[in-house]
Amino acid sequence: MIPAFPNAMRVEGFMGGLLIGLAAAIMLLGLGRIAGVSGLAARATGIADTGAPRNVAIAFVLGLPLGALLISQTLGAVHVSFPTSIWPLIIGGLLVGYGTRLGSGCTSGHGVCGLSCLSPRSMVATGMFMTSGFVTVGLLRAGGLL
Amino acid sequence: MTRALIALLSGLLFGAGLAYSGMSDPARVQAFLDLFGQWDPTLAFVMGGAMLPMAAAWVIKSRLSAPLAAPAFDLPGTATLDRPLAFGAILFGMGWGIAGLCPGPALADLAIAPGDVAPFVVAMFAGMAVQRFTSSRSQKPTQAGPK
Repeated sequence: MIPAFPNAMRVEGFMGGLLIGLAAAIMLLGLGRIAGVSGLAARATGIADTGAPRNVAIAFVLGLPLGALLISQTLGAVHVSFPTSIWPLIIGGLLVGYGTRLGSGCTSGHGVCGLSCLSPRSMVATGMFMTSGFVTVGLLRAGGLL
Repeated sequence: MTRALIALLSGLLFGAGLAYSGMSDPARVQAFLDLFGQWDPTLAFVMGGAMLPMAAAWVIKSRLSAPLAAPAFDLPGTATLDRPLAFGAILFGMGWGIAGLCPGPALADLAIAPGDVAPFVVAMFAGMAVQRFTSSRSQKPTQAGPK
């Protein structure tokens, strides 16, 4: 359902990763918080009523598309390729929303922030969502859905 | 106001990093998870890059009594391994694999391909709301990670 992607972006990936790490470092050292997107997004929308101050969460969440816009406006169009059917987006979105709240974090909070300080909770969570992702995509491929 | 601006700067750099690294592309993320297809290792380089500033930040943090622009550190616990953590991570991984999207790239894509990502974002917030209203029991930490 999504076309295969032949060419890896090692340098851009690493440089972009540095930016993401810097962003999370600013959040930690400046505001004393984890740059966890799922938690901040839930807080910004009012779905969570504990966590970061509301204005902090809203500002962070608004920054995400603005940062992407900055790249597409200065360096040229950012290539994205979405599933052609709407169903993977809806089913995937529901699972991601439910799962990240139940598991208290996503790729940013558990992955970037938690792994970098060797949090046992985050190491377990990251290991489980990565494994689950590999198995899910493997099953989709085995089932002829990719 | 200062705090909101710092958070905006953090979000801005985060979103720029996602777009620049190729992580805003669902096909590329899904290709990382596709071990039996045309595997794309880019995500591993992104994670590696992100670890360096954060590892330094944790060292600096250990020498600070408070953050630079807030009264105190407010970080989630790191030790407790429980069932919700495991189930949540497994469900999240399934959705991540099915759509090729996690929350950060999905929100960043609102500026790149709003029409394409909209169904995912709406469904994601719906999933978050469902979780909130079905978890009648104990209060849960709102974010991931470390102390």
